[in-house]
Amino acid sequence: MLVTVRDTDWDGVRLHVVTGKGGTGKTTVAAALALALASNGRPVLLMEVEGRQGIAQLFDVPPLPYEERRVAVAPADDSRPGGDVFALAVDPQSALIEYLQMFYNLRQAGRALTRLGMLDFATTIAPGLSDVLLTGKAAEAARRKSGGNHVYGAVVMDAPPTGRISRFLNVSSEVSGLARVGPIRGHADTVRSVIASPQTVVHFVSLLEEMPVQETLDGIAELHEVGHGGIRPGSIVVNMMREAELAGTKAPGRASLGSKTRDAHALEIALKAAGLGDDQGLAADLADELADEARTARAQRALRRELDGAGQPCYELPLITDGIDLAGLYRLAQALREQGAA
Amino acid sequence: MSTTPVSLVVDQLIADRRTRIIVCCGSGGVGKTTIAAAVGLRAAERGRHVVVLTVDPARRLAQSMGLTSLDNTPRPVTGVRTGGTGGTGGTGGTQPLGSMHAMMLDMKRTFDEIVESHADPDRAAQILANPFYQSLSSSFAGTQEYMAMEKLGQLRRADEWDLIVVDTPPSRSALDFLDAPQRLGRFLDGRLLRLLVAPARLSGRTGLKVLNASFGMVTGVVTKIIGSQLLRDVQTFVSAMDTMFGGFRERAEYTYRLLRAPGTAFLVIAVPEPDALREASYFTERLERDGMPLAGLILNRVHRSPAARLSAARSLAAAETLQGFKDSESSALGIAALRLHAERMRQADSERRLARRFTAAHPLVPVAQVPAQPDDVHDLNGLRVIGAAFKAD
Repeated sequence: MLVTVRDTDWDGVRLHVVTGKGGTGKTTVAAALALALASNGRPVLLMEVEGRQGIAQLFDVPPLPYEERRVAVAPADDSRPGGDVFALAVDPQSALIEYLQMFYNLRQAGRALTRLGMLDFATTIAPGLSDVLLTGKAAEAARRKSGGNHVYGAVVMDAPPTGRISRFLNVSSEVSGLARVGPIRGHADTVRSVIASPQTVVHFVSLLEEMPVQETLDGIAELHEVGHGGIRPGSIVVNMMREAELAGTKAPGRASLGSKTRDAHALEIALKAAGLGDDQGLAADLADELADEARTARAQRALRRELDGAGQPCYELPLITDGIDLAGLYRLAQALREQGAA
Repeated sequence: MSTTPVSLVVDQLIADRRTRIIVCCGSGGVGKTTIAAAVGLRAAERGRHVVVLTVDPARRLAQSMGLTSLDNTPRPVTGVRTGGTGGTGGTGGTQPLGSMHAMMLDMKRTFDEIVESHADPDRAAQILANPFYQSLSSSFAGTQEYMAMEKLGQLRRADEWDLIVVDTPPSRSALDFLDAPQRLGRFLDGRLLRLLVAPARLSGRTGLKVLNASFGMVTGVVTKIIGSQLLRDVQTFVSAMDTMFGGFRERAEYTYRLLRAPGTAFLVIAVPEPDALREASYFTERLERDGMPLAGLILNRVHRSPAARLSAARSLAAAETLQGFKDSESSALGIAALRLHAERMRQADSERRLARRFTAAHPLVPVAQVPAQPDDVHDLNGLRVIGAAFKAD
């Protein structure tokens, strides 16, 4: 019998871009996805591009330098040991210096440029330039090989928020408005070929709330329109779901928006049986909570249908209260694996 | 160390006629725009003449205020209850007539207007057509923040409203909007930009000679990276804008002073989650350090239970007991209700812990809590429900 590697929704994908509206937990999901992918045994690079040091905070390590560092080991999967998760905080200036060294051997110039504040200047003067350098770094890491093998099994990028993602990834057209010819243009075209290939997907982190859902749907629609042929959308990750939400329609009280008085009456009987009959108003208060929950659930079901309508795989992740630690990340990674994300 | 915060009474803040500007800031996704709109409506219905300047509203929220187009002009919001007798928590007498306007910021339009008002038509047209200007005015990091502050300054100078409520752009960090205008101003006025564009002009001055030696190489490299076309565009732009240079930093400094002036109040908005509160902490510290007038923290979307007297543990235990009474419809409902209640209590506990942690670190910062709403806000009534949290306890 052949030993088969288990199928996932993203076989063959080398670069996972994770975006989401502010407050949806995009960095946490990116980290969980990196751990989930590393469970396959190969090293995974998790990179951030917004200078927030969110990864360092999440893994409780000192601020990350411009250097790929091991921050965690994925949990073992079946018989295989888990792969390492490396992390990298990319900033446009360091990426530019590296670029200059790589292509022009301009180490000296890089220093002079930094001293003069010229890098700050060059990366701010051309907004597209920063984006090319950041996405370029991701593309480079995703394609990097050593001895014929890819160094990383996958690269996960904690990308800018949904509102900016298309522009961020649409590097070549951003740059072409400014740099029509020249090496940056050439670099942009190379990056573009990686980003636009099926080896790159963009995952959207959302909550079952109106604005994140709307931005997710808008974001997916925009990806299709980027450049020629678009960029491949990945999954929608519905994050921070409470237990009641995960239980979905199975829980009574959520399924139907029953009459509040009828619910209160039934609850009174139940509370008496449970030994809580002394509290007169409790049944009515709990019925209020149920009704509230039913209203929320109804709105959320409608939002969930809208997300399903996008035609991308949807994964659900539980809300982790009291802050996320490594154990919490493992839990989220496991949930992603069970749903076929990795 | 106290963990009970001073209460923030937003109603007092808006009742005080000396309050002229309220800035709502905080990290992304905490409901800044909603709070700004609710504060504005509440103030208008208490007799203030209010304009709400919003940067990036949700479509529905904009519709709830009657805004359908992004046209950079304050539009009257209809349906504001004014002139009636004070409903809840009012002074009891007749409220003075208030009004509400709202507008969405169009950053490119705002930038264009600055150019048009500072240059003769020919020169303005030349600037507006410049590719570098177009890139600068539509996607430059910091332009949105700069233009939001510019608009704020304009509205203040227009003096048509006695209260301006503004939310801040969805920046990478909540602090960005304080720094970005100055950064952009520095950049546009900067020596570096002039040096790069016209190094010859400055070459005679001592102190710059050393720099000049490496300068040829530097411009060479920059040209190599960004292309000579862009450099030429920048050069054209700078010479066309020459008359306006110096003005940008001045403007940024004007709004910065405006933010520190008496009459301005900052509301830091957060939700009871670790990241949002950490950001709120940074922001609070920064405002204090810069001598900015911080009115307090609004903790948005706080979960409360009407049955808080029943703890999570007791609730779960009761649900367990009910498991014995299987097949009864009422006990199935009871189990669901008790489990739901336990989860809500756990969430409320965790939110309380986070709020206490914030107050332990910032004991002097007043806090107001806005309960989580089961639905999103769709109309003025939704905003009124939120505004109900602004009264004194």
